[in-house]
Order: sequence, then C-alpha cells, then structure tokens
Amino acid sequence: MADVIEVGAARGDAPPPAAGTSRRGTSPGRAGRATPYLFLAPYLILFGVFGLLPIVLGGWLSVHQWDFQLPNRPFVGLANYRDLFSSDSAIHADWWAAVRATAVFTVLSVPLLVIVPLGLALLLNRSFPGRTLFRAVYFAPYVLGVAVIGLLWRFLLDANLGLVNRLAAMAGLPPDTPWLTALPWAWISLVGVTVWWTSGFNAVIYLAGLQDISAELYEAAKVDGATAWERFRHVTLPGLRPVLLFVITTTVLASANMFGQSFLITQGAPGTETRTVVWFIVEEGLRDNDAGRAAAMSIVFALMLAVASIANFRLFRYRED
Amino acid sequence: MIHNEMSRRRLLGLGLGLGAAATLTLAGCGGDDDSSGPAAGNGGKDYTGPKVDLKLWNGFTGGDGDIFKALVNQFNTEHQNIAVSVATYQWEDYYSKLPGAASSGNGPDVAVMHMDQLATFAARGVITELDDVAKALELSESDFAPTVWQGGLYHDKRYGIPLDMHPLGFYYNKAVMRKAGLDPDKPPTTRDEYTAALTELKKSGVQGFWVSPFQFTGGMTFYSVLHQWGGSVFDAGATRATFNSDPAVEACTWLVDIIKQGNSPANVGQDADYLAFKSGKNAFNWNGIWQINDLKKSPDTQWGVAPLPQIGSRPAAWANSHNFTIVKGRTTDANKVSAAKVFINWLSQHSLDWAKGGQVPARKSVREDAGFTALTEVNALAPELEYAAFPPAAPGLGEVMTTFYTSFNEAALGKKSPKHALDDGVAKANKQLEDNRKKYGS
Repeated sequence: MADVIEVGAARGDAPPPAAGTSRRGTSPGRAGRATPYLFLAPYLILFGVFGLLPIVLGGWLSVHQWDFQLPNRPFVGLANYRDLFSSDSAIHADWWAAVRATAVFTVLSVPLLVIVPLGLALLLNRSFPGRTLFRAVYFAPYVLGVAVIGLLWRFLLDANLGLVNRLAAMAGLPPDTPWLTALPWAWISLVGVTVWWTSGFNAVIYLAGLQDISAELYEAAKVDGATAWERFRHVTLPGLRPVLLFVITTTVLASANMFGQSFLITQGAPGTETRTVVWFIVEEGLRDNDAGRAAAMSIVFALMLAVASIANFRLFRYRED
Repeated sequence: MIHNEMSRRRLLGLGLGLGAAATLTLAGCGGDDDSSGPAAGNGGKDYTGPKVDLKLWNGFTGGDGDIFKALVNQFNTEHQNIAVSVATYQWEDYYSKLPGAASSGNGPDVAVMHMDQLATFAARGVITELDDVAKALELSESDFAPTVWQGGLYHDKRYGIPLDMHPLGFYYNKAVMRKAGLDPDKPPTTRDEYTAALTELKKSGVQGFWVSPFQFTGGMTFYSVLHQWGGSVFDAGATRATFNSDPAVEACTWLVDIIKQGNSPANVGQDADYLAFKSGKNAFNWNGIWQINDLKKSPDTQWGVAPLPQIGSRPAAWANSHNFTIVKGRTTDANKVSAAKVFINWLSQHSLDWAKGGQVPARKSVREDAGFTALTEVNALAPELEYAAFPPAAPGLGEVMTTFYTSFNEAALGKKSPKHALDDGVAKANKQLEDNRKKYGS
C-alpha cells in the first residue's frame, strides 16, 4: 500500500535513491530515460483516473447546480461556495455545524490516537511471555468493519438497556448516562470507540519504527547514565520522529474523515450535533442529489485539511537539517 | 472511517471504475435492444411477444423478501415468455443507486418504490408514466383507498401502481398490561384511557410508553399525533412547512411530557423502545405494521396490535405505500415494457399472498377477500386506511422530512422546547422547499 511505502520514504535514515546503479550501466539511451516513468506509469494512470480526474471534475461540478438526472444543470458560478458562507442559505447552519463536529472529534481523538498506541507499542516491544498474543489482541478490533463495531457499541452504550450503564450501576456510578444522545457523552463515546477500534493500527506502525532504532543507541545512553525517561526522550522519540509524522498526518486525516461511527452509533444525535462533514457531503450529494453543492463542500473541506497537514509538516520539520 | 476506510474508499473507487467500464461495454452492445417488437402493448392485459427477461429491484430485505420472491417464481412458471429476476438492496442504498444504474443502462425494468419517492423519481426522469396501464387494467380510484391512489400521481400523470399500504400500528404487551391490572384484551383507544393506562403501568413500576427521539419510531409517532391534532407537516401544495402550528406544538408537547412525567425514560436509543417492548420493559409501542412478522417469531412475547389510539381531536396514523414503477432505460424495448405491465397487473391481483408478508393490500377487492380477513393482525390495522396520513408527493421532499424528524429529535432529547425546535425546523424546511422549487421548477 502506498501509505506504508511513504513511511520508508519519510524516514530520515532511509538510504538515498539508488543513483549509483544506473550509472553503472551504459549511457542512458532514450529507453533508459523512460524507465523510471514506465515504472511509475501503472500508479500514475490509476492516480490520474481515480485521483486527479475526479478532483478536476469536482471543481467543475462545484460551479454548477448539478443533478445528473436532470436535463437542466445550469452554471451557477460561485453560488455553491457562497451558500456555505452566507447565513441565509438552507445549508449554511448545517455545514458549519458539521465542520464544528468534525473539528471537535479530530481535536479530541487525535492526541489519544497518537499517544495511546505509542504506549501500547512500547509495552508490546518488550519481551514478555504471551507478547504475540497481546499484539494480536490489541490489533483485533481493527479487523472488524465499521458496521460491526457500530451496531455492537450502539447496543452496549444504549442509555436504558445497554451493558455499559448496567456495569456502571453495579459500580455505584449513575445508571442512566445518555452515552449516545447528549453532549458531551456522545463525543466521549465516539472518541472512545474509535480509540478502541483503531489504536492497534497505529501501534503496529510504531512497533515497526521502534524495532528500527538501533539497540546500540540505548546501550550507549545507558553507559552514559541516562534514566529510562531520558532514554525515551532522547533516543526513542527522535528515532520515531518520521514515524510520528506519518502517524499524526494520517490520523488527523482519518479522524477528519470520520463518518461511519457517528452515522451508526449516535445517528447524529442529539439533533445533528454529531453529524460530520463527510456524512453531510454524502447526504447532500447522494440523498439530496445536489452534486454541485457537495462538490463545493468537498473542495472547501479538502483545502481545510491541506492547511492542517501543511501545519503538521512544518511542526515536525527536521530541526537538525 | 480511519485507515481501513481509506483503503476501502480506494477499493470502492476501483469498483466504481470497473462498474463504469462495464457500463460502457454494456451500453455498447445494448444499442440494438430496441430494434424490434410490437408497439407499447395493450397496457398489461397479456403479452404474446418473444421471450423477454425483466429485471426487478426492491428493498424487501426482511421476511417479506422471501414472500415476494415466491410470488415472482409463481409468475415465472405461469408466464413462459417472461422471466423476471429479482435483486434486493437496502432501501437507502437502493434509492441512491437506482438513478445512476438507470441512466447507465444497468438499471432494472421494474422498480418497487415508496409512495413519497415517486414524485422525486418522476421529476428526475427515472421512471415512466403508467396511465395506460391503469386505463387498460380498468383500475380506478374506487379500487383503492383514495389517498393511496392519489399518491401515485405527479403533475396529473400516474407513475406508480400501488401494491400495498403499511401504516403505523399500536402494539401492546399483554403480559405487562396484565401485571399492571389492565385488561389485555381492551387496549386504550382514547386519550383518557391512554393516560389512565400509563398511570396504572407506572404504579406497577413500568414506564409504559417509551418515546424514541428517532424517526423510527418516535418521529413517526409524532407525525401521527400531529395529524390527530389536526395539524399538517406542509400546506396543501407542499410549498410551505407548517409543522410549527399550534396543533403541531401541542402534539409535540404531549409526547415530550410523556418523557417529563416519567412514562418514558429519557434518551431512548434507536430500537430500544421496541427491544424493551419485546422484553416486557415497555407496554406500548407505536410501530410499523412490518413488525407483525417479527413479533410472531418471538413466542415469549404476548402481544396484540390495534389501530392507533385517538389522542387528538381526530383519528390519524402515519402510513406509506409500496408502488410498482417502470424504469426509463437508455433504450426503450417495447416488449419489455408491455411484459412489465403484465407483471405489475398480475402481482397486484395476487397481493393477498403479499399481505402475508405483513402489509395491507392496496386493492380493495383483495382487502375484502375472506383470505385477508383471516390474517388477524394485519387485518386489525386495515381500518386505519380510512384516515391514514400519507406523506405528500413533491420532488425532493425526502430531505425536508429529515428536517422534520430532526426537529422532533431535538425536542424529545430536551435540547430545545417543542415550540423552539419546531420553529427552527420550519425555518430551515422553508429554505429547503425554496431550493427545491428552484431545482425542479414550481
């Protein structure tokens, strides 16, 4: 998968591209110069058809009132974008509520999804009996589909019939916490379920990163009298930086794209407070058949995410470079 | 969501791509489809042309799906030159899938559709007019319940032939009623009786009427009592939203007060009302007629079903209807169209078997058949059809109805007062209606 390849590419200690090997051959003819592009072509074609072209078409859609079933699809200029920013349009309030919901979820879930898996990975990186079992156990929820975990938690978290509240009552806690139908509980549920569900994935990435840090560095630090915390702070964290960058970037994007959990578990309740941007775009484009507006929303949302990603990259730029 | 969603989306992208490619290929060879065959047919009386294959789509994912398939099999054996094949999808996917499939030539020939979707799909040119079917089969308003028959019209043209009607019914748990000292064979029918029953149930420690904040079932319950109070969701032409009128606010307040007075727990989750009903924690549930078959499968639950009690000034019940439609393809094959009409007519006449799937047949003659009266539970809800409140027919109304249900959600969860929630909902609904007028023309 492309994502995994990026880990390698972003790694600071990755070997430089194999420039030397091509020099070893005869002088590069026309075919030689085409070689890298030929190797790139399969992905490039896929990217062009399924990545680039949809973006361009999306831009074109976004300046039309577009229902593909209707013969009349007038050009409306920037009206779809104006609808997002002018308070008298039918979707203005919903759109910004969805943006707010997405921001809340991202801000709450990303720190946990970055830190909890790191702790897990550190633990699972030690050698202890049953390590493989635990690695599998923590990764297991990630294998389940969103429909499965969605239904499962909807029933577990039900305010009146769910197991969670029954256990809470036995522990002497309030027995009627509205986990799914009131704030802030709905957010706590959604973030908690997501952390439970996807931590295993980030943990595996961390684990791979941890195993790449040379044991000699730890040994040298120990000889110099570094404590466990200092070894973590000055050996582990710097060694993980490229992996951290990858994890944070993909986690921010994944959290911002949250859809299934709130669609299935809270169903947007209370009201539409937990309806996310992606959900709203799907509704607008596929249920209400307004592809133009949906496209405009997608583009604005993509720009927002681009800004977040750039900020993220800047923050983690190699200081030593 | 999250990472596997990303790869899933990529996979989906690929799937769509392949689908599109397949579409192109099919469109390529589909061109000669419409070359021959007799003209339009005789509206569904019979079909004598060459053998045709018909594709039919529906959303009958429950037990009703098997009954439907059995009917189709019977039709296929009786008609040697028509072969109907059935594909079933979840209703929600179904409605978003159908237009694309139809316009790319991969769609079905016959599609089953809810009454409130007909106008949208007619306006978007997905389905075709069926006036000649009605004429040839000599179907008229008197054969059906008038509201259902009217619901198939859009701009004075017929797009749907009604198959059935499915109203909201009043389910009562007999064991719970007995425990509270109520007569399980006399479910409450008026507001006073209803309130008295809830008081008795409360005394026996049962919150008797769980009010769900979601469309299924709280939203539909609100829709019903709103009409019982004499209110309406929209004005006559569906041009303005009216669900913040005084009757609507009163109806909403009545339901919210059920929660406030402790006759329902707060924060009822999706399906929790029904599950609590089945397990004896809830006595009354206003739910769709389609639950009859599900309840029959749980022998531990002692239950009954009756028309909705009259809480407001008049009887009313939420209802919807399944309709047959013929899909406009890229090409029109006259043979297929006339075969489809034969199929629709045949199934409409055999809708008694369909009633066993838990639906009230749309055809009056079938409803008066002794076979139907023998279906005790389904038949118990047939009287509701006199006053059933069907959703109005206007294109793009689905999203406005969502706004209606969201308003109720906010009121039922105590986020806003009933008046406040409904006012906000109406303000938004009117903007949506305005947008729809621009899009579909007035």
